[in-house]
Amino acid sequence: MSLLSVEGLTIALPPGGERAHAIEDISLHLDAGEILCVVGESGSGKSMTASAVMGLVPPGLPIVSGRIVFEGTDLLRLSAEQMRELRGRRLGMVFQEPMTALNPLMTVGDQIGEVFRVHGETGDVRGRVLRLLEDVRLPDPPSLLGTYPFRLSGGQRQRVMIAMALALGPSVLIADEPTTALDVTTQMQILRLIRQLQQEKGTGVLFITHDFGVVAEIADRVAVMQHGRIVEQGPARAVLNAPQHPYTRALIDAVPHGTARATTSASEEVLRLDGVRKTFRRGGGLFKRGSAVVAVKDARFSLAKGETLGLVGESGSGKSTLARCVVRLFEPDGGSIAFHGTDLLRLSRAAMKPYRQRIQMVFQDPYASLNPRRKVGDIIAEGPVTHGVPRAQAIAKAKDLLRLVQLDAGALDRYPHEFSGGQRQRIGLARALALDPELLIADEPVSALDVSVQAQVLALLDDIRHRLGLTMLFITHDLRVAAQVCDRIAVMQQGEIVELGDTAQVFGSPRHAYTRELLDAIPGKHWMPPRQAA
Amino acid sequence: MADFWRRFRRNIGAVVGLVILVLVGLTAVLAPIVFPFSPWEMRGVPFMPPGEMGFLLGSDSLGRDVAAGIAHGTLVSLLVGGVSTVVALAIGITLGAVAGYAGGRVDDAVMRFTEFFQTIPSFVLAVVLVAIFTPSITSIVIAIAIVSWPPVTRVVRAEFLSLRSREFVQAAEVLGRSRIAIMLTEILPNALSPIIVLSSLMVATAILLESALSFLGLGDPNLMSWGFMIGAGRSVIRLAWWMSVFPGIAIFLTVLALNLVGEGLNDALNPRLARRRGMVVT
Repeated sequence: MSLLSVEGLTIALPPGGERAHAIEDISLHLDAGEILCVVGESGSGKSMTASAVMGLVPPGLPIVSGRIVFEGTDLLRLSAEQMRELRGRRLGMVFQEPMTALNPLMTVGDQIGEVFRVHGETGDVRGRVLRLLEDVRLPDPPSLLGTYPFRLSGGQRQRVMIAMALALGPSVLIADEPTTALDVTTQMQILRLIRQLQQEKGTGVLFITHDFGVVAEIADRVAVMQHGRIVEQGPARAVLNAPQHPYTRALIDAVPHGTARATTSASEEVLRLDGVRKTFRRGGGLFKRGSAVVAVKDARFSLAKGETLGLVGESGSGKSTLARCVVRLFEPDGGSIAFHGTDLLRLSRAAMKPYRQRIQMVFQDPYASLNPRRKVGDIIAEGPVTHGVPRAQAIAKAKDLLRLVQLDAGALDRYPHEFSGGQRQRIGLARALALDPELLIADEPVSALDVSVQAQVLALLDDIRHRLGLTMLFITHDLRVAAQVCDRIAVMQQGEIVELGDTAQVFGSPRHAYTRELLDAIPGKHWMPPRQAA
Repeated sequence: MADFWRRFRRNIGAVVGLVILVLVGLTAVLAPIVFPFSPWEMRGVPFMPPGEMGFLLGSDSLGRDVAAGIAHGTLVSLLVGGVSTVVALAIGITLGAVAGYAGGRVDDAVMRFTEFFQTIPSFVLAVVLVAIFTPSITSIVIAIAIVSWPPVTRVVRAEFLSLRSREFVQAAEVLGRSRIAIMLTEILPNALSPIIVLSSLMVATAILLESALSFLGLGDPNLMSWGFMIGAGRSVIRLAWWMSVFPGIAIFLTVLALNLVGEGLNDALNPRLARRRGMVVT
């Protein structure tokens, strides 16, 4: 008999929603000592499945049918009190957002210790907490006890969360996208940690994720969800390498494959950065000095016409700041940014305006980058109108652009909130293209999107780039995406470009230690999606 | 818009407030028709209790009709409340927008200037201003506007500060739009909700301020107003309670209605906050 089994579970959504059930007829089982990955895109019901097992389904969503059998008892029949006793003791959970999952006003020691006290175990709490902190490989446990969460990094907080979840030695650990909010190197550490702990303690892990790379890294078995149903389930190797269901195949095909593309030959130079520096000063005022954070130091690179350069790095590496310096959303403290030989940094706001047309930007967050109060047509036509094109002509052009980004012309009169994330990102792209730019700066244009949508947007971007002969500066934290899109790659670490070279060279024979570390941390790097491998 | 109305209606208090406001507005419009004479005119015997000698709400110490006074005073109160709020909004939004958008030194300068006004008790400043400029409807409106713009500046600045770093504002910047265009067409429309809510409450405060000024005898001597009526009736309140009570009720109802409507607007314009009070969020 398996440790945990979900049988025919169906949870209804409130009437009037996009579908009748949040999850429908879900059946899966988890054995001791295995990792079951539940994979799906946003809205597929994977998190709801995890919440149901923990008895954390939001009020108002009735459980229509099904059973959740854990160690022989049906969890759905237990009282709230009995369920509370099980949670923490027998079922542990780790959440996605380590920044908000810890109480900021409690020390790490108290917070982990509370798990014991709540469950009535008061003997040697301190000793047990120390052992837990050692288990999750946190440095210097004794001094960590009295530390508040704000002093810890995201990865360290996630380790504390895992320590709390494992405190009472649960037989099932539920991890809801525990590494999604983390940087790639931290993600790899956490994945390895979960793997190790699970093997040491024989815990069954239900791991929710959207990333097939992560699945390839740790899963024993996989369940793929779409629209609230499980469409495919089986051993990890079988699902990853020989997917049966068309949706699974589509998802796996959409995974960025990380194989470098052929590079174009160098031609005329479009952009040259030299010694660009930017330091942020925080706080301070009339009477005191604030603290300074060096975001970019001494960045230099050049971009040839038609080329795509990838700026790769983890969060806080300064890659977005550098991109914003190029379009002068931030004023660099020094250096020069030459566009066709003209130093942009010397230009006044008015003198900069003609160059605005030629350098455009696509932003990361499709929900924040479009003004919610304006119609899509106005948003796209805004640029040309600003630069003196008559409105009627600009709107006509907006219509053509919508076709170019594969949206229909009816979108002109609608507001951004009526579109999905992928569609909004296309609108953002159309807005940038409306000015016929030569240089396009894309700041993580796909990182907020689901994997299948991400593949579509990347394909579109690539197609348009070829057709219009765009030069592109592509910022991303995802090395697989970078490999697919970029001719050359610049790796940034703590504000510095530590390595710059052709994509094939950077991936094939990285020179800098940090680059090697990054490449090593790509989840599922040993796995080649089947169709692309063939 | 339909959606906005649906959310507004969900708050019963706000609907009640709106109904009262409409009635108050109607009173102001209909006053010259129902009472086609000057509210200063002596219509009969002084100190008549409500209901006698054709005085619906009684007569005052000079035999003037209290009901007519209240009706004619409605327009003055609403006008003072409305106009002074508009003026205060104009000052507040301009300064707040500039401070929030420009940031840095400009922001510091504007905010210190705002704080300077906030440290002076607003009513005292209003009294001083009206006294200096001699009481008239214009000087009252200006005085009220001058004491009530600082909160607007603070709210608008905060909104602009958070909105200016949003990506759609950055996108407009990259497109090469001018600073004024960005402030007016990109940021301001997104900052309107709190401004609308705040202004409905400001109208209420302005009406109270005007009443208080008139009560002290600093009202426009040519215009009947609620505050003046309460002030005039104050010395004879034990003899003729109706002289102060009815104008007081008029002020109370109007201010209450404006506050209720403000609350309703707040709920309707910030659906995310409002939804927490009742509906299930999936």
